[in-house]
Amino acid sequence: MSPVAQVRAAELIATRRAGAYHHVTFVAPGIAESARPGQFVAVAVGGPTSANLLRRAFSIHKVTPSGTYGGTVDLVISAKGAGTQWLTALRAHDTTDIVGPLGRPFPLPAEAAPCVLVGGGYGSAPLFWLAAALKERGCQAHLVLGAATESRLFGVVDARRAGDSVHVTTDDGTAGTKGTVAAVLPAVFRETGAVVAYACGPMGMLRSVTEISAAHGAVAQVAVEEAMACGVGVCMTCVIPVTGNDGLTRMVRSCAEGPVFRGDRIRWDAFDGGRCTVPEDAVGAQAMRSH
Amino acid sequence: MALDLSTSLGPVTLPNPVMTASGCAANGKELARFFDVDRLGAFVTKTVMAQPRSGRGTPRMAETPSGMLNSIGLQGPGIAAFCAGDLPMLKDLGARVLVSIAGGTSTEFADVAAHLRESAAFDCVVGVEVNISCPNVANRGQVFACDPLSSAKVVALVREQLPRDTPVIAKLSPDVTDIVSIAQSCVKAGATGLTMINTLLGVVIDTETLRPALYAVTGGLSGPAIRPVAVRAVWQVAAAMREGRLPTVPIIGVGGVRTGRDALELVAAGAAAVQVGTATFNDPTAPVRVLEELAALVAGKGFTRFTDVVGVAHDRT
Repeated sequence: MSPVAQVRAAELIATRRAGAYHHVTFVAPGIAESARPGQFVAVAVGGPTSANLLRRAFSIHKVTPSGTYGGTVDLVISAKGAGTQWLTALRAHDTTDIVGPLGRPFPLPAEAAPCVLVGGGYGSAPLFWLAAALKERGCQAHLVLGAATESRLFGVVDARRAGDSVHVTTDDGTAGTKGTVAAVLPAVFRETGAVVAYACGPMGMLRSVTEISAAHGAVAQVAVEEAMACGVGVCMTCVIPVTGNDGLTRMVRSCAEGPVFRGDRIRWDAFDGGRCTVPEDAVGAQAMRSH
Repeated sequence: MALDLSTSLGPVTLPNPVMTASGCAANGKELARFFDVDRLGAFVTKTVMAQPRSGRGTPRMAETPSGMLNSIGLQGPGIAAFCAGDLPMLKDLGARVLVSIAGGTSTEFADVAAHLRESAAFDCVVGVEVNISCPNVANRGQVFACDPLSSAKVVALVREQLPRDTPVIAKLSPDVTDIVSIAQSCVKAGATGLTMINTLLGVVIDTETLRPALYAVTGGLSGPAIRPVAVRAVWQVAAAMREGRLPTVPIIGVGGVRTGRDALELVAAGAAAVQVGTATFNDPTAPVRVLEELAALVAGKGFTRFTDVVGVAHDRT
């Protein structure tokens, strides 16, 4: 398994609002240096006697390996629960425990190729860093950002800097094209000839990106946002059904085998209303029926 | 004076009393990125059954105050793959392995034990923990460990399959009327030790959707929230041993241990070893941190042998 660091007292050096989200920067040497786009960190919340024991997983927005303070890691947080509210209430010089980098990064194309990068809500957080990595390889990076409403978009300004083109969609039409990312993706594929799509966001969006990519002959690499207890591969809570090279479907850990999967390998048929049922043909599903 | 941390699991002596807890540490390679697993008294593996298991659907987890509810469903590779891959890997890491096994029937428990015994890496096994108490099984809560006769049958069949010098440790459920009677039954059937406690059965409702939070509805409650229940269970069984109501065998305490102080509670109540479970999700180094903290606390109180602290609170009531 890849090396991982635990920074027990990662110091917060900046926190600012970004629409509906918070953008925070921690000093996290050992994580910043080895992280790659698509990887995530698992952050402890509430301090050493916290009643909220489970780590919160965040996709890394960007890293600065050799900043003034040592390596720093930037995260984008939606303060929707007790843990994220604690994190976003931290002030400069407060610390928390951060583990990372975790998971498999977005695989980059071996040769220069046009790519489309799709972010749903704050799922766009890792895409600008990814765009820079793609452009270093001579790839075009076309960004599509979608959200329910304008305040829930993240990084539109960054996108204009990082992307070869940018499309914005909102469900309510407060910014960009009214509708979901599916409203603009077919045209983006046609205009750019993209052969790879990268996506991060809610499951429904990832499925949609996968299907539209397939229809345009492109491969989708999607980063899932499953709930995790540990982030490091030991709790077995963040599993999703994924079909392997051998054609067999297994319940695999998003934190260890993911969070980036080929979209066409995920068993989308198993997901419904925030739940995932183990497909009947999954390895080991038979044994669950007897006891 | 140096502190002797060694502790006995009956026929086997361990260099120290701290272990991982089954299902909270996977099978070694993940945590080996954070610490050397041979530093632990023992590494307790995720419960393995006869066949590969997919586990249950998701959500499998809900956070609760100072704890969590989980319903994994004993996802695992099955005993053949475990013996071919996981166990040799743990042996290579230098781990002393306490293998957690389960079965849907008492015969399956025996088959798993028999397969394990034949493993080429069996020499790294310091004992078998018989998980008769996982709540995430089909008959929800009606686990073997709720019934003295079912518990005894499983323990006796597993005992038959293993060498005499391999500790057989029954893991008990706190969700019973009288845990002492279950403990008596297991020891009588050949258990050389007891692990207490497994999770407590619980339900969490998602108040946004007004549906059960877990796919499988019920799950096992773990974490610091349940620690007093674990201390109570260890206390009751240790007291019964002192009263001669059942033979004295080593007790492994588990439930809500986050710090060395927490571990010391279980030890003083009668645990000869302690497992660190859910706290590992919060801090991947928790097992070795607890070991260091426990050693410092015990030494700081003037003890020179860890075993002198085991059950000491019974003499101070």
